Amino acid sequence: MVATDQKQLTYEDVEIGQQLELKITPSTQQLVQWAAGSGDFYQIHYDTEFAKSTGLQGIIVHGALKHAFLGRMLHEWIRYDGRVKRWGVSYRGMDLPGQEMTCRGVVTGKRQEGGENLVDLDVWTENPQGQKTTPGTATVSLPSRG
Amino acid sequence: MADSIITEEMQAVVGIESEPWTLEVSNTSARMFARSVGYTDPLFYDEAFAKSKGYRGIPAAPHYLGTPVFDPRNSDPTFGARRGSGPRLKHNFKRVLNGGTDIEYFDTICAGDVLTATNKIAELQERQGSLGVMLITITETTYRRDGQVVAISRGTGINY
Repeated sequence: MVATDQKQLTYEDVEIGQQLELKITPSTQQLVQWAAGSGDFYQIHYDTEFAKSTGLQGIIVHGALKHAFLGRMLHEWIRYDGRVKRWGVSYRGMDLPGQEMTCRGVVTGKRQEGGENLVDLDVWTENPQGQKTTPGTATVSLPSRG
Repeated sequence: MADSIITEEMQAVVGIESEPWTLEVSNTSARMFARSVGYTDPLFYDEAFAKSKGYRGIPAAPHYLGTPVFDPRNSDPTFGARRGSGPRLKHNFKRVLNGGTDIEYFDTICAGDVLTATNKIAELQERQGSLGVMLITITETTYRRDGQVVAISRGTGINY
């Protein structure tokens, strides 16, 4: 469970090169929950025979779920007074249910723009072989200590 | 480009804005979404807690841009999205994969919000991949609440 009394991250706390990490092993149950939560009932995410008939090895994790996992990693870092402004990824490699996926981020820049304190990051998911299966970038805004 | 899979007819669809459709964000749908991503933060489940943190209600967790109102007369049975709201891209590919997602927020979306979205095909590309020749479609969707843009998403579809 996340701690709700964790100190709010501020713009001043962030340093370039700072790293984020969130490890998740999505189960087939989670893929079904995601189907309901997102409204995407494409059968390649829960029906092995169907997935194979499309040329895949088996069931794969929804790309959009990996985007949402990276959004969760960002939220759990920036907390209640931070906001995810933008994040975009490419689904380069397929991830399989039951395999550990590591969501990672690294701070690449800080800028104050239009009254906002913005932090830029590279974000990605990694499979157990260490390959980046979902590379992308993100921008979050944070409160300032003033 | 005699061999291009992208015909003039397909190219003519690029940039044409669709008819609008409606998406709802409710307490139940926002919770279901957060649960499916594995959030344990009460922010996404407990309305009173969310308000104590300065939110109007339970916020839509990152990536959740509401659920399109489902109507079997005009919704896609697999993806739930409204069908026929814009010009159709005609092609012969039977299989589809999601190639990428990019979401930009301009405001926080909370339970109780009703959003209106329109989309357009922003770009068409063709590529050779491990699964053969692929049609790449970049679709840009704009989400509005009371006429104000709250989010823009860009999705990459791969047909093969």
